[in-house]
Amino acid sequence: MGETVLEVAGLSKQYGATFALRDVSLELREGEILALLGDNGAGKSTLIKILSGVVAHDDGEIRLAGEAVRIESPKHAHALGIETVFQDLALFDNTNAVGNFYAGRERTSPSWLGALGWVDDRAMRRQTDELLERLQVNIPGKDTEIGLMSGGQRQAVACARAIAFGRRIVILDEPTSALGAREAGNVLRLIREAPEHGVSVIVVSHNMEHVMEVADRAVVLRQGRYVGETEPTQENHERLVAMIVGSGEDRRAENGGGPGDEQAAARS
Amino acid sequence: MATATRTLDRTGGTSAQGLSLALRVIRAGPVLILALLVVILTLASPYFFTGDNLSNVLVQVAPLACLAIGQLFVILVGGIDLSVGSVLALCTVTGALAYGWGDFGGGILTVAVILLTGVAVGALNGIMLVKGRMPHAFIPTLATLNAARGLALLLADGAPMPGMPPIVQTAGAGELGPIPVPVLIVAGFGAAAWIFTTRIQWGRWVYLVGGDKEAARRIGIPVDKVIISVFVISGLSAGLAGLITAGRTDAGYPSAGQLDELAAISAVIIGGASFWGGRGTIGGAIVGVLIFGVISNGLNLLNVSVYLQLIVIGVVVAVAVELDVLRRRLEERFRTIQARDS
Repeated sequence: MGETVLEVAGLSKQYGATFALRDVSLELREGEILALLGDNGAGKSTLIKILSGVVAHDDGEIRLAGEAVRIESPKHAHALGIETVFQDLALFDNTNAVGNFYAGRERTSPSWLGALGWVDDRAMRRQTDELLERLQVNIPGKDTEIGLMSGGQRQAVACARAIAFGRRIVILDEPTSALGAREAGNVLRLIREAPEHGVSVIVVSHNMEHVMEVADRAVVLRQGRYVGETEPTQENHERLVAMIVGSGEDRRAENGGGPGDEQAAARS
Repeated sequence: MATATRTLDRTGGTSAQGLSLALRVIRAGPVLILALLVVILTLASPYFFTGDNLSNVLVQVAPLACLAIGQLFVILVGGIDLSVGSVLALCTVTGALAYGWGDFGGGILTVAVILLTGVAVGALNGIMLVKGRMPHAFIPTLATLNAARGLALLLADGAPMPGMPPIVQTAGAGELGPIPVPVLIVAGFGAAAWIFTTRIQWGRWVYLVGGDKEAARRIGIPVDKVIISVFVISGLSAGLAGLITAGRTDAGYPSAGQLDELAAISAVIIGGASFWGGRGTIGGAIVGVLIFGVISNGLNLLNVSVYLQLIVIGVVVAVAVELDVLRRRLEERFRTIQARDS
């Protein structure tokens, strides 16, 4: 695994009196697929919202390739090479795959006309075709509106868009949650191959099977805190579940403190 | 149609094809309706399909065509502009006032004042909606529907103000060779709007904002500016319609254009634009205007009561919107089948 692409150190976010995120540190290495696990309210959403510029963090530091940054807005995140696919996908039903790929960043000329420039449909279409082929995304006819596609096809288009435009990091929020088995399989393959296209991936998922299938490493959050991390393999399955639901901590409390998650997991 | 798709539903592939065919028919609906009307009226009245009469229809609908093109932009972002009829009248009045100050630049000043009045009210509509955080475009444009009409009547003292410079008269009633100038104005405006909506990045953004405002915002499109811009375009269209009307009547006409906003909205909807936003074309809006014009011209030729014409147009509007609803339902089903078959 390559160098560190993203480093999060002591990140905190407070909403009123409650900590959505408390002193969370983690890192993402180049070409890595990192799963972010945790129950509802664990802080996963807050973390990815901070990384994609939707909300600002209160404390801590974010370093991209070693350089401290403050991600100001979604646009800033794009500029930094971070693309996020939220659960609502942010697709436009009333246009086709090409229109969605280039939505808001259509290729135009001449450049001095800015947003009043002429749209170069042919170039956009050609590049979309190439990309979809390279990523092996199968969607119905190139002119089919996204609104006419199935959930899996839509998810595939959204993920492909993020992988294509993300220069550093692609963040995927529950990419398979609404999909049937076969459609999920296609999306998982897309995620697994993403590092070949030069991006590192953070994937949030509830589905342990899917995480084990694609992720190199899994970080667990609980109630806004970093709990631990491990390789998501079949052997570590129960240990991960224990970290997520916090049974380890409970047992530790019962036993009057002492060993942490490691041993709690080992016992189980 | 409902039964047809239901039977098709039982076999996967055929069903998708059947649905896609049905969707295509719905999308071609406006053109089919226009063609049908033309055929029926040609058979019903020997006078209908003559050069004179068709040219007459085009001249008659020219102001409405301008308004409909502007209205399309607003409807594309999921809005509505109720003010355009009143703004049209206000434009003719401010034009008459400007002409009263003196005939500067061979009437160019009058033309400029007419168009800029429209642009100014359009910008006001957009800014009130966006910066005033109003819940829907209905509100600011309802306000200017009243205010612009009141201002027009006030400025004109409630009566027409006769006299327009020759250039304005030409715009409303002149001819260039065999072609009436108002028709040329509509053609020019329509062509510019067509290029803008299909080839220019900002025009693409209008569709994206109409498709999903939140997504557009998140992706970095300047949603507020796009919304204000469509109201400016709608205001400009009211200015153009005012120019044609002022030229035709040779007057500032404070009571002109009443209910024209509703006619324009109807025409856009008949032309296949979706009231939900994000869908519709300039060509469709023009076809909608022609359907409107052909219905009233044809029924006039057939001596059908004006009252009945209103009923017919009402029915056509209802049918057009219902087709849009049906389109959405068919798309929904299409999506389900896609998921199953993929």
